[in-house]
Amino acid sequence: MANVVKLKSGLSLCLAGAAAPKVEKTVVSDTVAIIPDNYHGVVPKVVVKPGDMVKVGTAVMYDKNHPEVQFVSPVSGEVVAVERGERRKVMKIVIKSDGKAEAVAFEKATSATEVKELLLQAGMWAYIKQRPYDIIADPAVEPRNIFVTAFDNAPLAPAYAYEVLKGEEAKAFAEGLAALQLLTQGKVYVGVEAGNEVKVPAGVEVVAFKGKFPACNAGVQAHHIAPVNKGETIWTLNALDVVVMGRLLLTGRVDMMRTVAITGSEIAAPAYVRALPGTPMTDLLKDNLIEGDYARRVISGNVLTGTNVSIEGYLGAYHSHVTVIPEGNDTHEFLGWAMPGFKALTTSRTFFSRWMPCRNRKPDARLHGGERAIIMSEEYDRVFPMDILPEYLVKAVIAFDIDRMEQLGIYEVAPEDFAACEFVDTSKLPLQEIIRKGLDALRKEMN
Amino acid sequence: MKALRRFLDKIKPNFEPGGKFAPLQSVFEGFESFLFVPATTSKSGVHIHDKIDSKRTMTVVIIALLPALLFGMYNVGYQHYLAIGELASTSFWMVFLYGFLAVLPKIVVAYVVGLGIEFIAAQLRHHEIQEGFLVSGMLIPMIVPIDTPLWMIAVATAFAVIFAKEVFGGTGMNIFNVALVTRAFLFFAYPSKMSGDNVFVRTGDTFGIGGGTVVDGFSGATPLGQVATNVGDTLTLKSIVGENLTTLDYFIGLIPGSIGETSTLAILIGAVILLLTGIASWRIILSVFAGGLLTAWVCTFVNPEVYAAALLSPIDQVCLGGFAFAAVFMATDPVTAARTKTGKYIYGFLIGAMAIVIRVFNTGYPEGAMLAVLFMNAFAPLIDHYVVEANIKRRLKRAKNA
Repeated sequence: MANVVKLKSGLSLCLAGAAAPKVEKTVVSDTVAIIPDNYHGVVPKVVVKPGDMVKVGTAVMYDKNHPEVQFVSPVSGEVVAVERGERRKVMKIVIKSDGKAEAVAFEKATSATEVKELLLQAGMWAYIKQRPYDIIADPAVEPRNIFVTAFDNAPLAPAYAYEVLKGEEAKAFAEGLAALQLLTQGKVYVGVEAGNEVKVPAGVEVVAFKGKFPACNAGVQAHHIAPVNKGETIWTLNALDVVVMGRLLLTGRVDMMRTVAITGSEIAAPAYVRALPGTPMTDLLKDNLIEGDYARRVISGNVLTGTNVSIEGYLGAYHSHVTVIPEGNDTHEFLGWAMPGFKALTTSRTFFSRWMPCRNRKPDARLHGGERAIIMSEEYDRVFPMDILPEYLVKAVIAFDIDRMEQLGIYEVAPEDFAACEFVDTSKLPLQEIIRKGLDALRKEMN
Repeated sequence: MKALRRFLDKIKPNFEPGGKFAPLQSVFEGFESFLFVPATTSKSGVHIHDKIDSKRTMTVVIIALLPALLFGMYNVGYQHYLAIGELASTSFWMVFLYGFLAVLPKIVVAYVVGLGIEFIAAQLRHHEIQEGFLVSGMLIPMIVPIDTPLWMIAVATAFAVIFAKEVFGGTGMNIFNVALVTRAFLFFAYPSKMSGDNVFVRTGDTFGIGGGTVVDGFSGATPLGQVATNVGDTLTLKSIVGENLTTLDYFIGLIPGSIGETSTLAILIGAVILLLTGIASWRIILSVFAGGLLTAWVCTFVNPEVYAAALLSPIDQVCLGGFAFAAVFMATDPVTAARTKTGKYIYGFLIGAMAIVIRVFNTGYPEGAMLAVLFMNAFAPLIDHYVVEANIKRRLKRAKNA
């Protein structure tokens, strides 16, 4: 634990509804869904049809641009529906579980090519993201380095899930890291929270980070360890996904079970459960919502980077976290901008709440204002722990000036890095969407 | 409040496209969002947002302006009754009332003209009404002499809002500080009404109160006006009735000058509000004062027979005229100031330095703060450009070393 990187900028919020650190139960569900939209940038080609029987680890779709990147079923059972939306876009693949969890037996992999082949076949490749562009990694490009983040400090983050990783899952985690080491000539780095230990195989370097959100983002960590320059590619992963890879490498079977934090001010008993990705929210939140007949927002993930999936939605493929907050669309606050704000969730000292100790706030999904041009300066910098000028980068992306974007560091960032900026923004600009669209357009332009 | 909400919901359809009052949609929405925080929820990205919005930000600036404004009103009355020799026999509230009635029409005119143009511009662009002018409209009456005719304020405000703001795209897009453009327009279009010895103290009555004739020995020259016309190598600044003034007088601010700028004390109270709430940049305020004090100190070494302002101590320099007001309320306008951390230090320092340089070396302009801020508004993007280039160079260098 030689080096600790201290990050001054960042965002820390006190929200109500943190989960108690122990696993309550395993949520078993009749159906799971695979949502192609979870995998950004993938053009899905579905290979199953309703009525097909699948096992855990059977491929259900692949990426048209990279046919070797497969996506697999987390349960065994029968495909009941392939739902399509406008222009025949695949919305979801619904699989009815038979409860037996019969798994495809994959062969053991030892060499680099075998490991790569296995990860691609068994649906594990989806966990590997690349910078630039923050998309699923291109299997044809070898990364300069691999960065694994082993903590999460977003609001109400599933911290305990990472504890599990250091305990009973330590072996699978180490196995996963060892496999990743085979896939790069460069080093594999693991980012941990300062003061925490994690067991890693020889050759993997642990770097500790001390700082608020988004210090837990692999991209932020990479920026401080070995930043991406133009023309380079790095991979970023989450330790909780590396564990799933490790299990496959240890047993030859896919086991996607995750430790999921059920959090938020609308949850009666915030807790950790074990569940598979694609589990319906109705099952995850069963009997656990506070009574009330107002609109709620069910988020797969955290309140800053998660997806609004509604109660009819499913746990996202990358998420170990569910947050439920009030929607707030029927709240009309009289002269709200002039009130002292004793209960306001804010980082601004213009509200009294900012002068009082951090209490558990219960925010809703309102913007609290109209969209404006960027007026205040240095606002983003306060919560953006990289040597990048976020305001100038955002402006370059809006103008889609490619040279300027490159110069200002577009290849180093992902939308999630701007989540904290988006929260504090007085002008209420959709920064993550702006960056996402900018990255997508840039990728189109460059390829 | 529920009844009000229901009423708004009831009349809202009339203002939507196709409704009876569709051309007033922006105005309606402006008032609606003023009364009730919009209940729009986030559609993409983060699901929760900070409670701060630009309405709140602007409100805090207006609150910070209040001490200087209220003091300015009192001072208008104070100077008036001092001039007609009835100060001792007039009550505090009467003095304040006189000033209040003298200043209020200017505030009303600035707001009506400026907001009127903003409403029209918002409707033409189908935008929401933006809050920026709430602050500008308060600043404008505070930086003009009390005897500026209302029609001039109206013309100058219209000019500034249209040509310094709306043509650039509205709030957040302007290059020059709108209130200062108003001041500059007045200064260059009607110089006789904006400077000299007859505009900073109102000697006539206001709405029929406070009538009288000025006492013997009255002179309406501001301290900086006296400096500009000083001859010889000694300097004694005098009040309008000929009493000697001290540094404490400059600091408290019962001296003639533009309405809101005289009291360094009241301005500093505003500065404390802005800094505690984190609305204004301490980097800019600090560096404007640093630049001003340092330059004023250097200027004490020049020949006072040619440049009389050399006789002022650095503390006197920053207390007199519009320096403190410009440092706290004008230089810190985030839209027109430098936006990078390093840039802010440079921007602020140069404003302070330039304000004093203009004062000392250009005897044609007794006050340089306005021109210094406008000048640096123009250079702020250039300063930022070099800060951004430095960041880009670091990135390129890193790539080469890798």
